[in-house]
Amino acid sequence: MASKLLRRVLIVSDRSPRPSSRSLPGFTSSRLFSSSNSQPLPATASSPPPPPTTVDPPSSSSASKFGSKIRNDSVRSSIKDPELAKFSAIADTWWDSEGPFKPLHLMNPTRLAFIRSTLCRHFRKDTNSARPLEGLKIIDVGCGGGILSEPLARMGAVVTGIDAVDKNIKIARVHADLDPGTSNIEYSCTTAEKLVEEQRKFDAVIALEVIEHVANPAEFCKSLSALTTPGGATVISTINRSMRAYATAIVAAEYILHWLPKGTHQWSSFLTPEELALILKRASVSVKEMAGFVYNPLTGRWSLSDDISVNFIAFGTKDGQ
Amino acid sequence: MNRLLARRFAGNSCLVRVPWRSFCDAAAVNSGTAQAKHAEKQRLTSHSEEYDVAIVGGGMVGMAVACSLASMSLTKHLNVAIIDSNPALVNGITIKKEDPPDPRVSTVTPATISLFKEIGAWEYVQQHRHAYFDKMQVWDYTGLGYTRYNARDVSKEVLGCVVENKVLQSSLLSCIQNADIRKTVFPARLTSMNLNPSSIPTELNGTSSTSPWRGFARLELSDGTCIHAKLVVGADGSKSNVRELSGFKTTGWNYAQNAIICTVEHTVENNCAWQRFLPSGPIAVLPIGENFSNIVWTMSPNESSELKSLTESDFIKSVNHALDYGYGPHPKSSSARDGDLSWFGAGLTSSAGEGFTVPPRVVRLASERMVFPLSLKHANSYVAKHVALVGDAAHTVHPLAGQGVNLGFGDAFALSRVIGEGIAVGSDIGEVSLLRRYEAERRPANIVMMAILDGFQKVYSIDFGPLNIVRAAAFNAANYFSPLKRNIISYASGEQRLPLFT
Repeated sequence: MASKLLRRVLIVSDRSPRPSSRSLPGFTSSRLFSSSNSQPLPATASSPPPPPTTVDPPSSSSASKFGSKIRNDSVRSSIKDPELAKFSAIADTWWDSEGPFKPLHLMNPTRLAFIRSTLCRHFRKDTNSARPLEGLKIIDVGCGGGILSEPLARMGAVVTGIDAVDKNIKIARVHADLDPGTSNIEYSCTTAEKLVEEQRKFDAVIALEVIEHVANPAEFCKSLSALTTPGGATVISTINRSMRAYATAIVAAEYILHWLPKGTHQWSSFLTPEELALILKRASVSVKEMAGFVYNPLTGRWSLSDDISVNFIAFGTKDGQ
Repeated sequence: MNRLLARRFAGNSCLVRVPWRSFCDAAAVNSGTAQAKHAEKQRLTSHSEEYDVAIVGGGMVGMAVACSLASMSLTKHLNVAIIDSNPALVNGITIKKEDPPDPRVSTVTPATISLFKEIGAWEYVQQHRHAYFDKMQVWDYTGLGYTRYNARDVSKEVLGCVVENKVLQSSLLSCIQNADIRKTVFPARLTSMNLNPSSIPTELNGTSSTSPWRGFARLELSDGTCIHAKLVVGADGSKSNVRELSGFKTTGWNYAQNAIICTVEHTVENNCAWQRFLPSGPIAVLPIGENFSNIVWTMSPNESSELKSLTESDFIKSVNHALDYGYGPHPKSSSARDGDLSWFGAGLTSSAGEGFTVPPRVVRLASERMVFPLSLKHANSYVAKHVALVGDAAHTVHPLAGQGVNLGFGDAFALSRVIGEGIAVGSDIGEVSLLRRYEAERRPANIVMMAILDGFQKVYSIDFGPLNIVRAAAFNAANYFSPLKRNIISYASGEQRLPLFT
């Protein structure tokens, strides 16, 4: 199933460049290929903040042209400033599973199931072990309060968590120290780009629900790829830029159900799976598996599925080995 | 998508015996508890008191949790503490073949039997006395109807197996002793529990000064020991200490009934389970093996004290009277060859053709008579942070359908499976969100079963003409209407979670 999906995604991205038919007419995925004017800010935490974001103005020069050069001055693939403020404001509620981060807590086991399954298969680890990720160095980019880092550490990995919001890192540190199994996680308030400069390398680079908050996704993917050892794994999750996602993740989640504060997500910042696969390919990461998350309102649980029209997660491997 | 989790049933290939270690902090007992507590806090790097799971109550259900955790590859690395002051856990339970059957028995449903087989404990049960039965007859004193159930109605071999509680417990003990999971028995009682141990308040300036035990529950035992655990499992019975200390509220009421239990002997072997509803409560006869049967007789408290004080021969006479012509006539036996049943056609179950039979006569009383009061109790919630209730601690039911301990075993296996699922995705096993999955699975099923049993108890305790007719109609319907009968058997055997026509 997943391979059929992937074939479809890879075919589209290999075809001659054309904006995805899913984008609104007149609106393009300009974020990907514009010379953006975003400020140099570090990579972000992954979650819902209150004040509304300003949408990046579509750059006129490279609108709807895939082949255009990605001009990027001193700007790195960075988070927009107001986004940071949003996350800082509710940082204290990270570990309150009934608080503003409830949707993330609910989705967490499902994301972990995908990560566990793909990493075990890729690194040929025993899936029946309680600590299958033993011996792997993993970095959680945009770790927030550590809700992904802690389970990864319990599964045996050596985890580094980074986030742009300092408060998040502090909360994460305090919480990780509560359990001897997670107290060896290394947290730091830094960005993927800085770590690339330090030439750090990891077996698996994971950035979940981050890329939709980043001003330049292509550069961000390049940084993630640079952090991955050749033959290592890169896992990215985000929301699809589809009509269904608009209805679900923005209208329903933010305005009707109030799961997320209004303005958490900008539909224009979402990426389609084809676009993500393409920019990852250009960063030397081949997407091998992709899955979607669906929510069952009756049971209140998320599950993995082949439906990538709203939330989806992609697993790729770095070329070179 | 592939399911990540497969339950691995360890073949116990590694027969390394982990010796029981009873931890008794003698120094603490001598120097007073306050100093002991201080000493415990100082031992920051000591891992000897750090447990993943602390099972309070080493009875059948508590040990089932431990064995189940030991049998799954995802959970067998956990460090388990078992807290029970019963010396049998340390010394073992000796069962002599020549002993007469103990009156405390349980009827184990096929679903529970297969769970036991999965964890490798059933082979130990088979080494001792146990009795499968494949037939059951239920009727009441009005003589207006009866139902016979046969395992062949649902194409199975057995309806259930009657096993003495001490055999079940000893089997589970042997199973865990042969498993290579880390376990420690604490032969003490739980005196107090703190589910949110306080820590030194932390400042967000980078210095983390939390107490190392903050993510654990803290248990204090009657011998002064203090242990910490991520998850406390309350398997300590209907008067659960864990349930009280955690502050769970319960709903329930006492039935104005007591149950007398004893072992009796016949001249022939009994391989059918019998239950007759009498005006003040049902009398049940369960085969226990080798011409012995177990009697569970429910009645009002006055009657129970009367019967307990009768001589043996008088008691036997009243038992035979109750099973035979006492209180009312025999139901009319009808067979499938009768004309008025022919329109049911070929859908009749084989047991519909069996006529009414009188249970075998009791000739001897083989044990003392025990009396205990009956009540219904249900905890309003089964889980909280760091704590989960299983078995009678969560729910106490009327024994009239032999379901009580089967619900408990269902809880135990469900909890251990949920713990395994949590570990598969690296969760903290004391997290409420994970434990709620266990509650969501077991609570509705348990409530339905309790409601049904309570309903039966109430319906059968009223002697009122029209209601008697309704009950008789129900007996006949269950006997002759095959889908209903199969449904009842499936549900009571534990194969079906809910009693709907699924």
